[in-house]
Amino acid sequence: MYILKLIFRNAFRHKLRTSLTIVGVAIAILAFGLLRTVITTWYLGVETASANRLVTRNAVSLVFPLPLSHKDKIRQIEGVKNVSYGTWFGGIYIDEKHFFANFAMQPQSYLAIAPEIVIPSNQKTAFFRDRKSAVAGRKLAERYGWKIGDIITLKGTIFHGNWDFVLRGIYKGRDQNVDETAFFFHWEYLNETLRKTTHHSWIDQVGWYLIEITDPEMAAEISQKIDQTFKNSLAETLTETEKAFTLSFISMTEAIVIAIQLISFVIILIIMAVVANTMAMTARERIGEYAIFKTLGFGGLHISGLILGESLFITLLGTAFGIILTFPAAKIFSKTLSAYFPVFNITRETIYLDIVASFIVAFVATIFPAWRAIKIRIADGLRRIG
Amino acid sequence: MANKSPIVEINSLYKSYRKGNQIISVLNDISLNIDEGEFLALMGPSGSGKTTLLNLIAGIDKPDSGVIKIDGIDIASMSETELAQWRALNVGFIFQFYNLIPVLTAFENVEIPLLLTGLTKKERREHVEMTMELVNLSDRMHHYPGQLSGGQQQRVAIARAIVTDPTILVADEPTGDLDRISANDVLDLMERLVQELSKTIIMVTHDPRAAKKAHHIIHIDKGVLNVHPQIDF
Repeated sequence: MYILKLIFRNAFRHKLRTSLTIVGVAIAILAFGLLRTVITTWYLGVETASANRLVTRNAVSLVFPLPLSHKDKIRQIEGVKNVSYGTWFGGIYIDEKHFFANFAMQPQSYLAIAPEIVIPSNQKTAFFRDRKSAVAGRKLAERYGWKIGDIITLKGTIFHGNWDFVLRGIYKGRDQNVDETAFFFHWEYLNETLRKTTHHSWIDQVGWYLIEITDPEMAAEISQKIDQTFKNSLAETLTETEKAFTLSFISMTEAIVIAIQLISFVIILIIMAVVANTMAMTARERIGEYAIFKTLGFGGLHISGLILGESLFITLLGTAFGIILTFPAAKIFSKTLSAYFPVFNITRETIYLDIVASFIVAFVATIFPAWRAIKIRIADGLRRIG
Repeated sequence: MANKSPIVEINSLYKSYRKGNQIISVLNDISLNIDEGEFLALMGPSGSGKTTLLNLIAGIDKPDSGVIKIDGIDIASMSETELAQWRALNVGFIFQFYNLIPVLTAFENVEIPLLLTGLTKKERREHVEMTMELVNLSDRMHHYPGQLSGGQQQRVAIARAIVTDPTILVADEPTGDLDRISANDVLDLMERLVQELSKTIIMVTHDPRAAKKAHHIIHIDKGVLNVHPQIDF
């Protein structure tokens, strides 16, 4: 108790310096927390990917379609429980700045395979009945103030023209990690419209198949069987787990993720230098007092404990403020960049990383001042007083 | 001096410092006995080695060679850790600039040495209160050093020095930073510690008035002792 009191009072001997250091640590932890959350969000699709789902796409590239006729052949493969399909629509709402993911899918099978998308049953029934209808995520509907029954017009980029959809449902995520900013509509509507109006190469074609399998351990075997089935056909396939499929997207942007990771660590290094500087100044000013403590019989461990205690106090206080600030900052961040980061939640792991980082900063910042305080001869230290 | 057993025994003590390539000899062949309950003044010009001798007796510096026995224990052969433990129990320090911790109250400053003794909080409080009463500062216990006069701060420092009931008290210019009245108060208090509590005090001073309070005065010049049993100022 006595030592804690001494550490607390020592920490505020230079109120301005201590306060500025605490503010510095808080800002660094805030920045670190936000950057770590960006990285976590980047990998969110991987985290939420189901182990019993496979994705089949064109072996050449995702931009090439697959015939709808593949569906029945896939369904017959042993271990396949359910098959659905979808096509990236890429429509624009208002203008390019208002980006959100929108795609056509086979509603009944898709929602059966993706139970994390939760739609109230009456809205789901209405969505299934109306082929010109769509469902939007809760956050997306909130962003544009959409209500059930609203007509939403998307301007096609791949599929030209203006496309009107009646909003029949608003879905929520089963848990926090589910993207609530997507927009789904009937693949049948897209296909029929293409049939009537154009000779588009995407008629009776899909962008990908989403496949539910009975046993996740058979994923590799089933994937191989599917791809084998379509080998040497006009549309060869590449099947992988949903996790691998999502990772292949992320790998395209890996350099950005690495850069963000590096910046987050650089922030910790900078704040380490700031705290180390504060502690070095503190220890230099108090070298005479440490000599007095040593004279009275206190050992190097006691002196190091005092310096470490003060370093920990300053760093942890700054970290606490930083963590508290991270939550409102993340909300603002999430609102501002919801088109790019549909889910932006501070995870428990991020908080743990913040705390671990602050402990490392406090310990490293103590090393030099403590070493100096321990090494100084008592007589030399006492000479600094007066 | 002859009838009492010496509490401090020093034999053939040498101490030198290295300054660049030069070795500067500070103490040369010092031998000295100090009896229990003695009030000894060490005098000498600046750089004569008196503070070095005091530091060696107090175990905050180590000699090049020679023997220093305090209450029969040879402290010259102790390790740093052993010396720290020994100092905590056996030596009380009084410095010229008081050297109190400014963020701690007078009470808390006096309590510092007791933190190493294993006493309970209640026992520590009793010891501190008793000691503060002895130095006549019971009414200033919860004041910070900055709120006390120089004389009062030095009395707090004396309380801190005696709170563990050490074997010897070492004082380095205890009146050097005080006005005459405060200096007299401090010297009177030190005299009382010797007379009433039989404390052994070794004091370095430049002040002849302070030295006059001592039983014996030892002069050091260029690292060599010069004993004066009595001195007339």
